[in-house]
Amino acid sequence: MSELGKYTPLTYFQLMEVSLRELLVEKGVVSDTDVDAVAADMKSRGPERGAKVVARAWTDPAFKRRLLADGTAACVELGLDVPALRLVVVENTPEVHNVIVCTLCSCYPRMLLGLPPDWYKSSNYRKRVVREPRAVLAEFGTRIPDEVAIRVHDSTADMRYMVLPMRPAGTEGWNEERLAGIVSRDAMVGVALAQAT
Amino acid sequence: MVEVKFRPGDRVKVMKAYPLGHIRTPYYIRGCTGVVERVCGAFPNPEELAQMRSGLPAQPLYRVRFVQSDVWPDYRGGRDDTLDVEIFQHWLDKAAG
Amino acid sequence: MIERSHHDMGGLPGGKVERSEHDYAQWERRVDALMVLLSGIRGAKKLLTVDELRKNIEAIGPEAYDKMSYYERWVTSITQTMIQRGVITTEELARKMVEVKRRG
Repeated sequence: MSELGKYTPLTYFQLMEVSLRELLVEKGVVSDTDVDAVAADMKSRGPERGAKVVARAWTDPAFKRRLLADGTAACVELGLDVPALRLVVVENTPEVHNVIVCTLCSCYPRMLLGLPPDWYKSSNYRKRVVREPRAVLAEFGTRIPDEVAIRVHDSTADMRYMVLPMRPAGTEGWNEERLAGIVSRDAMVGVALAQAT
Repeated sequence: MVEVKFRPGDRVKVMKAYPLGHIRTPYYIRGCTGVVERVCGAFPNPEELAQMRSGLPAQPLYRVRFVQSDVWPDYRGGRDDTLDVEIFQHWLDKAAG
Repeated sequence: MIERSHHDMGGLPGGKVERSEHDYAQWERRVDALMVLLSGIRGAKKLLTVDELRKNIEAIGPEAYDKMSYYERWVTSITQTMIQRGVITTEELARKMVEVKRRG
């Protein structure tokens, strides 16, 4: 399906996408309806599922224990649709700050957080965050004190990682919905902290 | 069933090898020594899956924790800073000490 | 250095992380959707593994890898995988690309 009303010549790769898709449809391997439906589904996914998980963990200590023990099972418990996800949730504490990367490609908990941002997939992030996490976090405006240990997780295999940020002060008595509203994607990747704005 | 050789707390050393093919053990971690943080389970071998083979029998996969200053000679962060990487059993040997 | 693959870049020197984010174009979303469907994630027949996808991306030469965008690498890799698996032939692809280009 082309963008109606907009004519620009296809690039080589756009030409490949159209050609590949049409061949696969002709062969009955996929249908245009399925392609559009899956594309629309991914488009609709932002970080809200992840934020919901975090808000529940902040308010329910037993759920948090289950989440840290088996991230996928905890998501399923909340009724979240996260096919093929093997989730490990790592908890930020006053002693430890976690940050996620995939140096080899760009593995990311897509079903929970949506498509990853360009910077997460960029060469500079993949090169530097394993070696100088503090400097990279500072570029994001996040300063981790020297006495806090930084733990970098390189997603090299089948697990996908999400950071459980610390619940900020000033959120006492907030309900889950309000709490979920302050949990950003960047906080769940570990380049930012959750803030009670 | 492939025998699960290591347990959480075991010190393991990553094979210092640089084979061709599709490899999921990052270059920077080869030859380094870390501690098994958890046994992730057993998974088909990605090195084989990439070649359109089954990758079976499933191989044990470990989350191994490395101290950053053991990985980078010029590491300037905290001495408790760590790097967690998932590594398949066939890349690991028991480390001395 | 031949013993280090270009994509295996953890720990190499790099510049400032550009925090830009672009809105995905529809063709990019379709490439993403093709990967999901061909991986069998939504119940369709599994014709691709993420491992083959990665391997074929890694096979892209360093210069091209750096020049190509993320989904340009993906569409290249998915197409290569389909050729390797025999789902499509190179002749079919060639004829189809000529046809599509002619349509405009």
